[in-house]
Amino acid sequence: MRKFKEFIIEKLVLLCGFASIIFVGLIFLFLLREGLALFKTAGPFNFLFGKNWYPISEPAQLGILPLILGSLLVTVGAAVISIPIGVGCAIYIAEIAPIKIKEMLKAGIELLAAIPSVVLGFIGMVTLVPLVKNIFHLPTGLTALSGSIMLAFMAMPTIVSVAEDALYSVPKNYKEGAFALGATHWQTIWRVELPAASSGILAAIMLGIGRVIGETMAVMMITGNAAVIPHSILAPVRTLTATIAAEMGEAVVGSEHYFALFAIGIALFVISFAINVTADLFLHRDE
Amino acid sequence: MVKFEIHDLNIWFGSLHAIKQVTMEIQSNEILSIIGPSNSGKTTFLRTLNRLNELNPRYKISGAVELEREDIRRLNIELLRQKVGMVFALPLPLPLSIFDNVAYGMRMHGEKNRKILEEKVRETLEKAYLWEEVKDRLAESAFKLSGGQQQRLCIARALAVRPEVILFDEPCSGLDPISTAKVEDALVKLKENYTIVLVTNNVKQASRVGDRTAFFLSGELIEIDRTDKIFTAPRDTRTDGYIRGKFG
Repeated sequence: MRKFKEFIIEKLVLLCGFASIIFVGLIFLFLLREGLALFKTAGPFNFLFGKNWYPISEPAQLGILPLILGSLLVTVGAAVISIPIGVGCAIYIAEIAPIKIKEMLKAGIELLAAIPSVVLGFIGMVTLVPLVKNIFHLPTGLTALSGSIMLAFMAMPTIVSVAEDALYSVPKNYKEGAFALGATHWQTIWRVELPAASSGILAAIMLGIGRVIGETMAVMMITGNAAVIPHSILAPVRTLTATIAAEMGEAVVGSEHYFALFAIGIALFVISFAINVTADLFLHRDE
Repeated sequence: MVKFEIHDLNIWFGSLHAIKQVTMEIQSNEILSIIGPSNSGKTTFLRTLNRLNELNPRYKISGAVELEREDIRRLNIELLRQKVGMVFALPLPLPLSIFDNVAYGMRMHGEKNRKILEEKVRETLEKAYLWEEVKDRLAESAFKLSGGQQQRLCIARALAVRPEVILFDEPCSGLDPISTAKVEDALVKLKENYTIVLVTNNVKQASRVGDRTAFFLSGELIEIDRTDKIFTAPRDTRTDGYIRGKFG
């Protein structure tokens, strides 16, 4: 009897262990089945590099280049803002801040991570969007720049906490070694600690960017949702994620439009998978 | 000539009284060995001389430490650490190439000329008895060297910034006897141009290379004298007990 119980529990735990892999596998299979159906009627080249996204015109034009560029623009913008601030913040917390301020900052960062993205989006809508509009004298403040700034806030907690861990785990000896040679605090940070923590910091950046690419709600609310090729960061854009979220409800099940949205899903899946794998490679580079 | 003068030195880490009322001198161009059991304050004392203890926020100090009659707390800290170099117990190459490890300190102090750097790197590696072994592989990672070679690389790195004093914190504790002998050879040779303070757990090492030897116990300086005197006729029975291996 006891043996039987043992057996059942063991198998249950095993099932839990494999559940996540099974789910990922199933999701990917489903995405592939629905998404690849598109390519019976449309060429993959036209899909990826088509300049027009008019899913409900006759005939439908399903080119996602404007959406890819939209995602890219917002992501690059967010990276440019969040990487220096995030890494700087991590350096301050790990190296310079006195213990009390350190605790306070860490709590603040965790709080920032805990804010639901829809709330951030809505705060951005009422504060950031008018601000961008007024500063640059634009007809609308719903631009890629607004999205980048908002997403930078979302990427920061990930970047800061992972980069801080990386800096913290640099052997204390390196620091002492550099100090003993007469290095100043900044020379030690710049020449010894940052290079020693570089793989962890790169991983932090990749994870932050992964978060930005996958983000949907906030970008949908504040980037303007215009599916045209953007010519500047001050133009409205629409991202891959926002397109799926906005149009899935209206697409007729089984239509070309419906399959195209799944194909966008595949593209997103591939992108974020690539980013996660890169981050992982950086994290385990030394092993 | 007196290099370091230490008066009534007391050190605490929080409530732990690590160094108690130590008064002593360190002469120029001598090798001063510091021996004593674990937790006797040897390393703490050593790290006082280049103010490395100050990285610990619970550190408190009273008394005076003077380098050539100047209070080290009034010296610019980076300048002090350039004059008073240090080699640690575990060889600590930075995650750089062999060349860059030695050039690191010089670059940090502003030397950019590649020719001068190359010359100095060669010169210091020769002084550390390492040049012959590494001259063809300067671009390789320092981690590829053996433990003994890494330790001599660290000595070269310390020499490269032109110190006057070099502090050695148990430099041979992780090395095999042959590597140890090589490091000791380097030490004796270095004495001509540098003042050397050597903390060691190896009593025999102190008797081999030290001009004078200081014995620390529980944070107190029990005895300091010429090495031959300490090892043949110590004044304190506790010193006698330690060097005969009765405790510690």
